[in-house]
Amino acid sequence: MYGIGIAKGLMVTMKNLLRRPFTVQYPEQRLPQHPRFRGEEFVWYVERCTGCASCAQFCPLGIIRIVTSPGGEHLQEGGTYKVEVFDIDIGRCMFCGLCVEACPYDALFMGSGFERARYRREELVVTVDELKAAKKCPSTWFRPQLSRQGYNPFLEEADWRRVGREESRWHPKRPGTLPPGHHSEASSQGS
Amino acid sequence: MGELLAGNSIYRNVYIWVEGLLPTGWQWVAYFVAGFTIMFLLLNAFLVLTMVYTYMERRVLGRFQGRLGPNRVGPFGILQPVADAIKLLTKEDIVPAVADRWVFNLAPVVFFVPTVLVLGVVPFGQNSFLADLNVGILYVLALSSVSTLAVFMAGWASANRFALFGSMRAVATLISYELPVLLSMGGVLMLVGSMSLVRIVEGQRIPFLLLQPLAFLVFLAGISAELNRAPFDMVEAESELVSGFNTEYSGMKYGLFALAEFGNVLVAGAIMSVVFLKGWEGPVLPSHLWFLLKVFFFAFIFVWVRATLPRLRIDQMMGFAWKFLFPLSLVNLVVTGAEVAVWPEATTAQLWVMAVINWVVAIVGVVVFSRLVRQRPTQPEVRVFSSAAPSGAR
Amino acid sequence: MPLRTEPITINLGPQHPSTHGVFRLRVTFDGEVIQDVEPVFGYLHRGSEKLAEERTYTQVITLTDRLDYVASMTSNQAYVIACEKLTGIHPPERGLYLRVIAAELQRVASHLVAIGFFLQDLGAFATPLMYCFRERERILDLFEMLCGARITLSYMRIGGVFQDAPEEFWPALRRFLDEMPGYADELDALLSENEVVVARTRGIGVLPADLLINASATGPVLRASGVAWDLRKKDPYDVYDRLEFDVVTASRSDNYDRYYVRLQEIRQALRILEQCYRDIPEGPVRATLSNLVRPPVGEAYGRVESPKGELGYYLVSDGSISPYRCRVRSPSLINLTLLRELLMGWKLADLVVSFGSIDINMGEVDR
Repeated sequence: MYGIGIAKGLMVTMKNLLRRPFTVQYPEQRLPQHPRFRGEEFVWYVERCTGCASCAQFCPLGIIRIVTSPGGEHLQEGGTYKVEVFDIDIGRCMFCGLCVEACPYDALFMGSGFERARYRREELVVTVDELKAAKKCPSTWFRPQLSRQGYNPFLEEADWRRVGREESRWHPKRPGTLPPGHHSEASSQGS
Repeated sequence: MGELLAGNSIYRNVYIWVEGLLPTGWQWVAYFVAGFTIMFLLLNAFLVLTMVYTYMERRVLGRFQGRLGPNRVGPFGILQPVADAIKLLTKEDIVPAVADRWVFNLAPVVFFVPTVLVLGVVPFGQNSFLADLNVGILYVLALSSVSTLAVFMAGWASANRFALFGSMRAVATLISYELPVLLSMGGVLMLVGSMSLVRIVEGQRIPFLLLQPLAFLVFLAGISAELNRAPFDMVEAESELVSGFNTEYSGMKYGLFALAEFGNVLVAGAIMSVVFLKGWEGPVLPSHLWFLLKVFFFAFIFVWVRATLPRLRIDQMMGFAWKFLFPLSLVNLVVTGAEVAVWPEATTAQLWVMAVINWVVAIVGVVVFSRLVRQRPTQPEVRVFSSAAPSGAR
Repeated sequence: MPLRTEPITINLGPQHPSTHGVFRLRVTFDGEVIQDVEPVFGYLHRGSEKLAEERTYTQVITLTDRLDYVASMTSNQAYVIACEKLTGIHPPERGLYLRVIAAELQRVASHLVAIGFFLQDLGAFATPLMYCFRERERILDLFEMLCGARITLSYMRIGGVFQDAPEEFWPALRRFLDEMPGYADELDALLSENEVVVARTRGIGVLPADLLINASATGPVLRASGVAWDLRKKDPYDVYDRLEFDVVTASRSDNYDRYYVRLQEIRQALRILEQCYRDIPEGPVRATLSNLVRPPVGEAYGRVESPKGELGYYLVSDGSISPYRCRVRSPSLINLTLLRELLMGWKLADLVVSFGSIDINMGEVDR
């Protein structure tokens, strides 16, 4: 009969009128983000970086530019390079995180923001000084040691000692196996 | 003192006060001042209410969709209509070079004026009306046909093929839906015995919503189509190609179209509350407030329907008017006529009996005619294409 | 004396609110009736297949996200399955279950987008669209928990999934599974019996089943004509052979049926998610952690049932770290070849609705 379907539709709309709206009033209110959110503002720990440029090699777009010179400042791994230029072009970055995945020393982390808009394209390049001076709130993406600590980048900063380093995982003795300690972080299951 | 307006207390007081200030022989000045005063008040009240209605529509539509409406301009966004008006006023006024200048410039005016003129006969409260014409309903319905002419003028004068298509569709729609709207008023007129809106308000012992459900349904659907509102807004909200008869209009001319369109919703709400819901009558609150509440109640129903239903296609709209609404309005006319013939001076109890009969007839009629209007989609003329040659001129 | 009439050709341009991306249609009308349709696409061509030849196998995953940007997970899944056929790596169990969970969540999200925009094209002034997007937001929040991004996900890797789900994921998934059937019912009540929707879509845009099979159309378009072809049942991958679900078909193959099949597939996807939530084992999620995969010389074709149809990747390897050729069999492009048969003879108002009902995504069509 004509009208029953329309009446049902009207009831659904009326029910939705009486619900709270789903939107938030940006920029006064923010949507909650998960610590694993991969955003802009890369977090780079110069104390850990050796200048190996694995991140630049693995970037699919080739937007990381690294120029090093023989240094000798941080002898963490037995002699490192001094990183003079470390440019990440955020204007072309797709935030895939392969650079973070590639870093063997856990020196590069994704950031958690998304509001780095600028008026000019050139200003979107993050230089090494910005990286050194930025607040260190790394995302826990691909860093199980951070999520094991229950770290939340929106609440506090983390320095290079805290972020630690996961066990060496780029050179498994037997292909296809996992090194010890690399079970998923705190894999609990519901139900 | 003009007799037609003498019943209005504001007019009377202003006239007497101005007349007292002038030497004799200058009564025409008092006439003008008093008349201008009430016109000014009425027009401004109407325009301000239209602005309030546009704001209400955007906010309520947003809440239906789970979001807030505009709330940045002014506290809670109440200055949003002002911002819209400023935007429209400061836009460049473009007239196409090949357009018919006189008709093009006149069309928004012809569209807007009937909306305001209708308000002349509507009673806003107890003893508060501009003029108590004894052909009130006829006046209202005649004026709503004039806006059809404006749509036609706009489409023709734009010299734009798509605007013309859109306005032809609009004219066909508007003309088709005039008839059910007119006929649905017939039952009400028979029950009251007069066409004057003030008499109709006074003559409702039971609200005509209960007594004439079929007339209400037909009037609601018909006036939605006349207002070009969802689900009948194929004319103006064409997401496919054309943008209707107001394609070529910009700036305040478009603003007049929009203002008239939203104002028409309020006017339709006013007519509906006068005819079907007892106008300004109500227990505790002042009568003007009751009237406003009823008008905005109907405006809310229009917004609710707009938020829910998708559009009908143009041929389905025509089918709906001619095969569903028109027979229903005829059925209503016949049944009400029979009832009025049997009980010419009905007591309230007999009115309730009439109401029950009318509801039964309404339900039966809707069921029967909805089967008739269920159309089968037309079989397409399909040409079978082989994969090789493209056809047609490129 | 017969009246001389002329057909008129109108260009539904690349920028248009109803064409699901940049797509151009030259339509020839006789009055209101469509006589001829000429689609022009390629406005979104980015050379993905050529780019894939210059990137390593893992980097190509980031390219596959952006093909069907509404359903990234299944795009990733198809490519990763093809790579695993090439390399012979088998993902662990938990990785497979997580893949299925991600793929089914993505199916719900993609169908919500399809339904929302279908109703938007019908003219229901954005209200069903808003409801569908509200539900999709919950799914995107779940994806954010899993892999840090919402739309272009790159969650899958060769040998499993990228990273395990965090603790907060499972209660959130449970909440989602409890609430979503109610919302699906609400969408159903809003739309399936609505007379206006039925009048606008029933019997319009009918595609017979043999035409669909000959045109190799797949997905809900094929299933709405009664052919029960679902790759998850016919050629099972991941853990679909252990899961119980129905293949939804309809009989009349008009616009309404295609919309309704998608709505029912949302319910079936929720059913699959319940089973996965219950049965997922512990363990590692990734078989190999190396980023440089060097498969042996050969070729492989991996396919999945994406929300739009059969998505397949044909990979040819020459033993190096990049694929020699990566060819995408995109369902949207193959379904688009039916455009003439779909639209011939119908009216202007039906054009946009029918076009929306086959649910194409220009990222996939143009690659």
